[in-house]
Amino acid sequence: MSTITASDVETTVSEALESFGAEAADINREATLESLDIDSLDLAELSQIAEEKYGVALKSTDAERLKTVGDCVELIVERAG
Amino acid sequence: MTTETAPKPTRSALRPTDATVLVTGAGAGIGAATALALAQDGWNVAVGYAQNDAGAAEVVAEIEDGGRRALAVGGDIGAPGAAEELVAQAAELGPLLGLVNNAGVRHDGLALQLTDEEWDAVIATNLSAAFRLTRAVLKRAVRARYGRIVNVASVVGPRANGGQANYAAAKAGLIGMTKTVAVEVARRGITVNAVAPGFIDTAMTADLPRELVENVPARRPGRPEEVADAICFLASDRASYVTGSTLFVDGGMAA
Repeated sequence: MSTITASDVETTVSEALESFGAEAADINREATLESLDIDSLDLAELSQIAEEKYGVALKSTDAERLKTVGDCVELIVERAG
Repeated sequence: MTTETAPKPTRSALRPTDATVLVTGAGAGIGAATALALAQDGWNVAVGYAQNDAGAAEVVAEIEDGGRRALAVGGDIGAPGAAEELVAQAAELGPLLGLVNNAGVRHDGLALQLTDEEWDAVIATNLSAAFRLTRAVLKRAVRARYGRIVNVASVVGPRANGGQANYAAAKAGLIGMTKTVAVEVARRGITVNAVAPGFIDTAMTADLPRELVENVPARRPGRPEEVADAICFLASDRASYVTGSTLFVDGGMAA
């Protein structure tokens, strides 16, 4: 398996958030999930996408620490590493 | 009702081509009638069965004779890991976006005398397996932005029935699960509903006293096809805004 880069994960996360209805122009690492109107179902689906693409899952207990887009990217990179 | 802000994209209105539905307990009775009716409605049908492989094979043959695709998928859905396995088999037919949790067992007895095994067996098949299958199908449906899940509950649960504490608990649990899962996934174009059959003429009710019909306002038992029609409606695109509901198909018993 090729090395997983933060940039690749950020692209994946951004595309996923956009598919959930977030405005592409508003998505950046600092943007909060709340401001993007991303909810627990969206996070569950993001977890599925991360699992399919990188083999790592986000758990429902992770929601507490996932405040921003960057938090999601970092957690996926951390678990994939 | 209208809103000021544009809603998030939520659902595709129409069932995708080649969509597949898994009907559990489809070797006979309500499940078989439902499998046949859903095939007529254009679904590919995975015909689930536990022991009745001959019945499932007949249902598959009848569906294929009608020009639709079908596959018999066997297994004890109460066993650990069985749900994922069954769902994977069913998905060989096409995108698995529909589920009818119909399989059920009865082990009747007064609560005073019900054994742990009789309690656990009914909860395992009638409720826990339905949850696990629902979870497995949801993983696919959420990504597809389309899904139809119909749980076959019962008038027993919403209503008391002496001698069936385990069955009533499982069926009432199924209705509770239906409502909660429905609200969790509604914005992904997935509907989750239940039907609550009353006294239906099947092998499962063959040992029940016929005098029970006197308690049915319609004064007759229901036919499996009448329950299948209700399930087909809830699984159709005509019911795209119906979710979290329980449709009683009981000749008026619960009214």
